[in-house]
Amino acid sequence: MAGVIDFVMFLLVVTNLALLESSRLKTCIWLVAFQGISLSFLPVMVGYNHTGVIGLHAVFVGLISIILKGVIFPLLLMLAVRRANVRREIEPFVSYNVSIIAGVAALAAAIWLSRYLNIPASAKGSLAVPLAFFTIFVGLLIITSRKKAITQVVGYLVLENGIFTFGFAVMPHAPFVVELGILLDLLVAVFVMGIMILHISATFDHIDVSRISTLGDE
Amino acid sequence: MITLLIALPAFAALAAVLIKNHPMRRRMMVGTALLHLCLTLAAADYRGGIVGWLGLDSIGIIFLGITSVLFLAATIYALGYLAAEKEKHPPRADFIEPKTVFANMPEAIFTACLLLFLSTLTLACAAQNFGLLWVAIEATTLATTPLIYYHRHHRSLEAAWKYLLVSSVGIALALLGTMFLAVSAMRPENVEVSMSLADFLRAAPRLDPMWLKGAFIFLLIGYGTKMGLAPMHAWLPDAHSESPSIVSALLSGAQLNCAFLGIARGLQICAAAGQGPFARELLVWFGIVSMAVAAAFILAQADYKRMLAYSSVEHMGILALGIGLGGAGSFGAMLHAVNHSLAKGMLFLLAGNILAIYKTKSTHDVTGILKVSPVNGALWLIGLFAIAGAPPFGLFISEITILRAAVDGGRTVVAALYLILLAAVFIGMASPMLAMAGGAPGKTYAESHSPTSIIPVAALAGLSLLFGLWLPHPLLQTLRGAGRLLGGS
Repeated sequence: MAGVIDFVMFLLVVTNLALLESSRLKTCIWLVAFQGISLSFLPVMVGYNHTGVIGLHAVFVGLISIILKGVIFPLLLMLAVRRANVRREIEPFVSYNVSIIAGVAALAAAIWLSRYLNIPASAKGSLAVPLAFFTIFVGLLIITSRKKAITQVVGYLVLENGIFTFGFAVMPHAPFVVELGILLDLLVAVFVMGIMILHISATFDHIDVSRISTLGDE
Repeated sequence: MITLLIALPAFAALAAVLIKNHPMRRRMMVGTALLHLCLTLAAADYRGGIVGWLGLDSIGIIFLGITSVLFLAATIYALGYLAAEKEKHPPRADFIEPKTVFANMPEAIFTACLLLFLSTLTLACAAQNFGLLWVAIEATTLATTPLIYYHRHHRSLEAAWKYLLVSSVGIALALLGTMFLAVSAMRPENVEVSMSLADFLRAAPRLDPMWLKGAFIFLLIGYGTKMGLAPMHAWLPDAHSESPSIVSALLSGAQLNCAFLGIARGLQICAAAGQGPFARELLVWFGIVSMAVAAAFILAQADYKRMLAYSSVEHMGILALGIGLGGAGSFGAMLHAVNHSLAKGMLFLLAGNILAIYKTKSTHDVTGILKVSPVNGALWLIGLFAIAGAPPFGLFISEITILRAAVDGGRTVVAALYLILLAAVFIGMASPMLAMAGGAPGKTYAESHSPTSIIPVAALAGLSLLFGLWLPHPLLQTLRGAGRLLGGS
């Protein structure tokens, strides 16, 4: 199963770098959905490596995660894209080339940094911890550097994926209720964000967050 | 008992969607709030719950009590507020930008979100498990976002979006902190982690120091974003100034405290694990920076709701400083949380009254409140003294306690900065607030004063004064207990 985990980690790096250079919103939504689906296999795999059996609980969490991240979130976001009638991100605050370079630098830094961490035995030897940090960085970069509300939601999902990678790679035994609660919160968060995007597009005729800035102190 | 406290407002939220009659729904909300307060008081000495998940310790019961009192005051205020909003309901012109026309969110949904907000706040106060605490605090964000967007115009939409995104990112980092905490307990042998507060406290001596420090940093930044500590406070002034006054009062008085609770829980673990000094030093400086940022913005503020919002940043800084100093400061911080919630809740509700009379948020355009409406004017002045920590009010005692903790601990620089910043904020708030109360009446719009807009404000002012003169014995004991849990004396 270690091979499968490595493959998931490989997909994680590829999707992250692809997200950093995609300007089409639809591509971003499908990339993050794909990333979410591939990460959904982690709980089962890590649990199997740890105990030698495929846990029912891990399968259940994985299934819910696939349904949410692979089906419901992309559909919700696609609906928002269609209603708001936007296609691509225009001129982000940080250009795509700079984003990619920053991403690769963050990847290197995360791997270098993880050599100095006391990584618990459950995640020793796999790249899960540094790649989780890398994904968190990519999520934060997308949220802060892109102008469209939908891209910011995509960034938020990448950030959550990074935290999930960390959580499932190092603790195969997080309490079940907490895992479900986290997924439920994520669902409601994306739902509320989706509704807000529809309102933003109806009120402002665009979903460009950099242009809604009447509030603030001089 | 605790399950009932959480479930009651959740069911009431469901009922709010189903009830079609507006006055009946409003009364149902007040009834729920009253029942919630009675149950909270009855639960004060209740030490049961679900082991490892739900339970009320001294810190939890204090925050739950504040939330419940404030919620009752806000719902009574809402009786008149929602009725008045209903009369104006057909889409109406915005008074700041007359060209914009906006409508309100359906009242049933607003009420339901308010009640869900109470339910999630209760869950956060009673959570004895770091995972559950995280889920509850994130849920408060999601319940309040629609509340900020009650008036459907572009300013409140901008504020709500900013709030949702900034808080969610902050809370996501707190989740990472929570996971770091779990990792710290997995060493040296690969044990299972239950995430419950009691288990962490028991295992404290063998927690891995590096992961624990990392965990505290992320919890502080994550929950600190939600609590409005500078420099992560960007969402706070917008959300507080654009939402309806009852929502501002609850955000400031109840929700910021719950985020503070998340940080306090982290501090409990750090103190037990011998990492107290590291955590406290961080808290002290985050506190001082928050106070400084708030003072700078208050001095240049021309919008009274934003001024009150920045004052919340300042007081959250004082809370962080208080638990950071430890000793008597921990007790002082808990007392400060109680008094701040009362005074700030009162001022935000009052700001709603003033906004209804003058229809402007500018401190320059509002003059002569004392002449236009003597009751509101007098309460506004009382509020100024209460929030600034003038002698007969509760905040005076807690601010002095925290000062004494700084001096006793030999932190002269911190004590001096604290005093200078308190004075700066006092000047920054007093001059516009006094100018608003006095002077010749400005341009006003006739507005009837229903008792529901005065009674809750006066009641909160009364409590704030009472706690300055005399603290009931059980409350004092609970506050002391909470101070001890946070490593005070």
